[in-house]
Amino acid sequence: MDRARDEQINRDLLRSVRETGWGWRIVVAISGMGLMAGVAAFAYQWQEGIGVWGLNRPVMWAFDITNFVFWIGISHAGTLISAILRVTGAGWRRPVTRCAEAITVFALMIGALFPIIHLGRPWVFYWLVPYPNERGLWPNFRSPLIWDFFAINAYLMGSLIYLYLPLIPDLALLRDTSRGLRKRIYSVLSAGWRGTALQWDRLEKAVRVMAVIIIPVAVSVHTIVSWDFAMAIQPMWHSTIFGPYFVAGAIFSGIAALIIAMAALRRVFHLENYLKPVHFNNLGLLLLTMSLIWFYFTFSEYLTTWYGNEPMEKAVFQSKISGPYSPLFFAMVACCFLIPAPMLAIKKLRTITGTVIASACVVVGMWIERFLIIVPTLSHPRLTFNWGSYKPTWVEIAIMTGSFSYFVLLYAVFVKMFPIVSVWEFKEGLASQTQPGPATDKKVFRAASGD
Amino acid sequence: MMNETEKTQKPQWAMAIDLDRCTGCEACVVACRIENNIAVVGPEESARDRSMNWIRIERYMEGEFPDVRVRFRPVLCQHCQEAPCEPVCPVYATYHTEEGLNAQVYNRCVGTRYCANNCPYSVRFFNFFDPQWPAPLEKSLNPEVSIRTRGVMEKCTFCIQRIRKGEEKARDEDRAVRDGDVIPACVGSCPTKAMYFGNIADSNSEVARLARSNRAERLMEDLGTEPRVIYLRKRDQA
Repeated sequence: MDRARDEQINRDLLRSVRETGWGWRIVVAISGMGLMAGVAAFAYQWQEGIGVWGLNRPVMWAFDITNFVFWIGISHAGTLISAILRVTGAGWRRPVTRCAEAITVFALMIGALFPIIHLGRPWVFYWLVPYPNERGLWPNFRSPLIWDFFAINAYLMGSLIYLYLPLIPDLALLRDTSRGLRKRIYSVLSAGWRGTALQWDRLEKAVRVMAVIIIPVAVSVHTIVSWDFAMAIQPMWHSTIFGPYFVAGAIFSGIAALIIAMAALRRVFHLENYLKPVHFNNLGLLLLTMSLIWFYFTFSEYLTTWYGNEPMEKAVFQSKISGPYSPLFFAMVACCFLIPAPMLAIKKLRTITGTVIASACVVVGMWIERFLIIVPTLSHPRLTFNWGSYKPTWVEIAIMTGSFSYFVLLYAVFVKMFPIVSVWEFKEGLASQTQPGPATDKKVFRAASGD
Repeated sequence: MMNETEKTQKPQWAMAIDLDRCTGCEACVVACRIENNIAVVGPEESARDRSMNWIRIERYMEGEFPDVRVRFRPVLCQHCQEAPCEPVCPVYATYHTEEGLNAQVYNRCVGTRYCANNCPYSVRFFNFFDPQWPAPLEKSLNPEVSIRTRGVMEKCTFCIQRIRKGEEKARDEDRAVRDGDVIPACVGSCPTKAMYFGNIADSNSEVARLARSNRAERLMEDLGTEPRVIYLRKRDQA
């Protein structure tokens, strides 16, 4: 790789860090305001009590847990997809992985807030943590909520490491090309990276190991989230299919979020030469696969419930198919399958715009899916005298808006501090194209980077 | 699980409700409210399904007009021996006592509401706001029962304060508890004497006798929750 090309890549990929445009400022201002609105709503709820939400008896969970499952689902974009692509050695992954890994970390951070926000007494959330205390009290390890605590923490730690490791060479590049306070920060973060053969060797080993470890962790996280419902004995919750159904749905919504984020980054930071139509095409095909799998799971779940004809299950089923929740149900089927599947299957429509439209549908559809798992079951308890309904209040909507704004804000700040396309991995990809084959891969790249 | 027939040191509390005698008058609902300091949420909150009634009379209509029959069923916490609410609580705020009671520790509750979501009987009540007693109801507050703050779950305790009193009386008189020592507010207020309360481990007690009746059934027994409330079917259904 010649020097001029190398510098061009550095310039392009570090532009988001070096230059601050109006687009970025506007995004930060708007998302910052959205976040403030959410925080204000939460403060109001803290002060007044959870009664400011639309919850009631019997619907004790609704938007809070829907958003929790939604964000934990989005978090499967990243690490899991990037890990699978890394493990399977998919060369086209290189410009995509960091973008996906960052989604995971931020979506998890936000998702993990909801179990705290949703508490009746959020100020004692730490009672769920197993810490030694003077009362000799431990949390209840039989409760799926405690399993959640461990699963989400494990996944968050793992994802942070998995985001950080491949970032090190790029942090060193930033260190070497910046001055002042920035240089000092990047010096600390790059952990003494000099690009020696030994360091490359260790980094690659570490990334490979993490990629393998993170896959079962990610699968376990959404399985355990599904068990919050499946372990309960309520109609249409107590289902053995929920583990894989939730994992598939999580990857599904995660890919959709990734496609939308990539399209936005491409536009804002002019990464047309890096995030190419082929990436959207390939991710579009993955999204199509997940859409089909999602439809298969949904079909089996609903068919068996209908055929089983058990009265309590049937009541929940009917409320979704022909009752008050049916508009949402058919919106879900349209958004998760009827619209995106044909769009993604037709090559002509599998463009950048096409995949983004399909992804937007999927994100909306998967949010509805989680809502439809939670609320219809809770509003139809076994003793029919207690049947109820649910309507959100502005507080819940504001907190949800706040969560989306927070995600955008975190992402914008991340992009400002770190290159969102992995510079060294992109160069490695170019090098392996000129001289293919895994053995020569590293050598060529190291030669190219003057190592 | 606490065995109902086994001779245990501790009494095993249970309730029997004769549906043939229940007229649906709701005296038990009012008595429970006064005894247990249950918050008054007001008409607007009540319309939003947030009223709190540790015991309620469920009304089910049968038949088509004009041949309509109304069935009443008083429903309170069933004090299940295999209670679905207990394992799901992440902080052990709801647990099982040696007397077979399903207890709720208000001070420990963080308010995940998971217990209410996993209760097949929908008998758990959440304090969405701080409790209120519009004047002059605050004058009726019972000093023997703690009030609950916002953000915690509450439910029927089988009048634990009366149980403790009855047990202490029996201990003072150096004897085992017997029928009449403990009368929960709902049982004491029932004008048709449809409700009975006692130690089901004592085979001579009234509840133990009624539990053996051929009219005896427990609500949703098929779920394996092993409730401690025994319903006596109406004779026209027996």
